[in-house]
Amino acid sequence: MSDQKTISFIITRQDAADSAPYDEEFEVEYRPNMNVISALMEIRRNPVNKKGEKTTPINWDMNCLEEVCGACSMNINGKPRQSCTALVDQLQQPIRLAPMNTFPVVRDLQVDRSRMFDSLKRVKAWVPIDGTYDLGPGPRMPERKRQWAYELSKCMTCGVCLEACPNVNSKSNFIGPQSLSQVRLFNAHPTGAMNRDERLETIMGDGGLANCGNSQNCVQSCPKGIPLTTSIAALNREATMQSFRSFFGSDHAVD
Amino acid sequence: MADNREFFYRRLHSLLGVIPVGLFMTQHLVVNHFATKGEEAFNQAAGFMASLPFVLVLETFIIFLPLLFHAIYGLYIAFTAKNNVGRYGYFRNWMFVLQRWSGVVTLIFVAWHVWETRVQAALGAEVNFQMMENILGNPFMLVFYIVGVLAAIFHFANGLWSFCVSWGIAVSPRSQQIVTYATLFVFFALSIIGLRAIFAFV
Repeated sequence: MSDQKTISFIITRQDAADSAPYDEEFEVEYRPNMNVISALMEIRRNPVNKKGEKTTPINWDMNCLEEVCGACSMNINGKPRQSCTALVDQLQQPIRLAPMNTFPVVRDLQVDRSRMFDSLKRVKAWVPIDGTYDLGPGPRMPERKRQWAYELSKCMTCGVCLEACPNVNSKSNFIGPQSLSQVRLFNAHPTGAMNRDERLETIMGDGGLANCGNSQNCVQSCPKGIPLTTSIAALNREATMQSFRSFFGSDHAVD
Repeated sequence: MADNREFFYRRLHSLLGVIPVGLFMTQHLVVNHFATKGEEAFNQAAGFMASLPFVLVLETFIIFLPLLFHAIYGLYIAFTAKNNVGRYGYFRNWMFVLQRWSGVVTLIFVAWHVWETRVQAALGAEVNFQMMENILGNPFMLVFYIVGVLAAIFHFANGLWSFCVSWGIAVSPRSQQIVTYATLFVFFALSIIGLRAIFAFV
């Protein structure tokens, strides 16, 4: 190596959940094929900022390191994405890292994503099969439908769509695109469809489906390419029918 | 918004924006277009609309009440958004912001317009070609009217798109794209009608 190349970072830090955020600059020695996480690990190894002052290591969340778990999401150069697949060679410097501030910041780049897991519980994003006796095999799902549903099942609850959505903020109680698309997924499942009306009624409640303002940032931002806005529009159609069924009464509440 | 009324209010907001408010606006622009055929044609058309039987009932239930709900609830919606076109400059996100801005501009314009015409009519003034000629003779008011009318038309055309998505009429990306083009056509067609009418008074 003839000359030392370095990568510069501007990182938005926050010492505690209720303290004020501040920026700190770092310089990290360049290695080929680095991602943002490897650079953060480098800083952790030697927590010294650009001015040469000793500082605390940066806090961030990570788990799978292959864009499957969704834990390491953060704002990288202004856009929310996973830091594991954010390759340093493809980023403009200085690389700006900030927490996804739609979520409560725990510390530095680590946020509390529990509102999304609570949403999944609210909408019953599962197939209920528990019982006191063996129910036998469920209805079969056509293979082509399974392939389509597989795309929706790629959601890793990373929070990027909520961060990008202008209607998910502290002034609104909008549940966000992530759990809505899961309603579509579980209502499409032959066994999950047995609770279709319950899930629809839940997302027709306050802060639900109707709060979507169709900015469609979610579908542009989703790292998994999930057709979130198609899910939302399809649920809008379902919700229209469900509202007629529940207002006028219907003899096929489920199917 | 307690007790799970939000879904109903949002859907009502979406519906009222098209029926009757949007339809009324279209009809209003078409009647205005008589101005291009001269003073007499406009006065006759405007006079006919003003002399419809049960005009107060029609105005109250087709215009004022739906418009009032749409405007007040719309303001609430507009101010609960945290606009972010700076970070996400996508086409639909721009439409999202413009829908909110144009809604606020339209509300200001319509409030002034109702005061200047309908309220003055109730106070005894006669709404006719002469009146509009006087208003639009002022260059400031001319610009105000052009901006107001275009904002209202944009808000209606783009609102038609969101109506189609919100009610589940346009679901797939391709159908939403086609509706985008259709509403773009509505925007340009109504803009031509609206601007031609305005310039007929100048």
